[in-house]
Amino acid sequence: MTLQYLPVLLVVIGASGFMAVMLLLNSWLGPKPRHAPVMDTPFECGSPMLQTDNRRRTAVKYYLVALLFVMFDLETVLLYPWAVMYRELGLFGLVELLVFLVSLVVGLTYVWRKGALEW
Amino acid sequence: MDWAFLVVAIMNLSFVLGVLLNLGGVLTWVERKQGAVMANRIGANRAYIPIPIPQKGGGVKWSKRFTVMGLWHGIADGAKMIMKEDYTPPFVDKYIYNIAPWFAVVPVLVTFAVIPFGGPFQPGIMLSDVFGLVGADFASEWVMALFGERTFQMQLADLNVGLLFVFAVGSTGIFSAALAGWASNNKYSLLGALRSSSQMISYEVFMGMAILGLVVIYGTVDMNLIAQMQGDVWFGFLPKWGIFLQPHMFFIFMAALMAENKRVPFDMPEAESELVAGYFTEYSAMKMGLFMMAEFIEIAVIAGLLTALFFGAYHVPGVHGAGDAFYWAAHPELTPGNYVFGMEVPHVVVVVGRVGSFLAKLLFFCWFQILIRWTLPKFRYDQIMRLGWKILLPLSLVNLVLTAVVVLLIGG
Repeated sequence: MTLQYLPVLLVVIGASGFMAVMLLLNSWLGPKPRHAPVMDTPFECGSPMLQTDNRRRTAVKYYLVALLFVMFDLETVLLYPWAVMYRELGLFGLVELLVFLVSLVVGLTYVWRKGALEW
Repeated sequence: MDWAFLVVAIMNLSFVLGVLLNLGGVLTWVERKQGAVMANRIGANRAYIPIPIPQKGGGVKWSKRFTVMGLWHGIADGAKMIMKEDYTPPFVDKYIYNIAPWFAVVPVLVTFAVIPFGGPFQPGIMLSDVFGLVGADFASEWVMALFGERTFQMQLADLNVGLLFVFAVGSTGIFSAALAGWASNNKYSLLGALRSSSQMISYEVFMGMAILGLVVIYGTVDMNLIAQMQGDVWFGFLPKWGIFLQPHMFFIFMAALMAENKRVPFDMPEAESELVAGYFTEYSAMKMGLFMMAEFIEIAVIAGLLTALFFGAYHVPGVHGAGDAFYWAAHPELTPGNYVFGMEVPHVVVVVGRVGSFLAKLLFFCWFQILIRWTLPKFRYDQIMRLGWKILLPLSLVNLVLTAVVVLLIGG
């Protein structure tokens, strides 16, 4: 059973090996020019930097999207076992789906009306 | 230890890695050349391999005409990136900065592990046929002893979680953007990382939803079974492919996958006019090259997924292999064997034809994605988010309910 997952491990090893070879070749063949002070500053518009830490506060909308993703993606994953079993469940499965989707759509409508999807 | 399984796994692995890594290089050229053709430019045509031509009066003239439509540009690109300085700036978070390219390349390649690219095959019978043809009888005895008549799948990992594995591994690609942007300690990188991760997770929600209708119809998430179910025909001529079951969902699923890949028209994280190069602004040389390469390999992986789910994977109507359990179960009046339009052929013909047909379909969708990339202008960020959450997600939900009702009414 776990033997099926062996090829996945082989792909990971193969891909990592490929990356390692490329990066080693690069560090081996790449030039080593003299160090310049401009290389120590982040890429920006050209004027000298005023602060060293560039990880500033960002819009809260990104956080909202991440929260919504956790909610809706979990609901999608919950639907997968249902979809596989649907033919055996029959009418009961359809009613179950509608009950589940109503709760999901209520959540989506709430989020929509509250303006969390506006950018 | 199951040696036959291991040998087949390594054969599949070398085939998949060889095809994907080469496609990653060739597609950089295809992108430029196709863009040039579409924009009525001359395009990539300068790189050449000099060929010596002996002159009459002695001496050699080097020809510069061997350009093969600029095909060497892909190789020149790779060589250039290898020969640049590999520089890690002092202000970055070293560990995370170096681990981020790994998250870009490996999930993309691992996603391909569950895509069936050639269907069931019997390596023992196939190879002993080939060796028998060239007269190497000891070799055919040896492969028969190793493989026997066992049937293997031309698919790296025949996992029963199939599609779920695709989504699970595909989502880890977000780490590359998020980690690279955060570790770079650069304003452009951070903005690019935020944009790309929030775009990717938005499109991931309904990517799962969009494919649910197909899962309801097939009743399984196992990619191998999904591919085998598409091997039959309706009414004697229409191939039983997913595109004819859910044509509208094909476009929605493809839009979701292309948004995952962050290419034009969903080109928010990079957006050259706004963010320099997005989350890999601070990367140089091959580390930056690996991000680019992952993007191009992902084109091929997306094409493979679309082929496997919607276009019958490796199937060609009229071609049936001895291992097609579904087909022979649906047609008990026929005896299992290798047939091309009713004519019995050696097993190797069916296998090679099927791998060829899968590759042809895959190349078609690579071409199609690059066609879209050069046709559409890029969206604004609010347009991308509105398209995802307010249009495509409700559409996928409606499609799911409709599919469930129809499946219940016609009883499968």
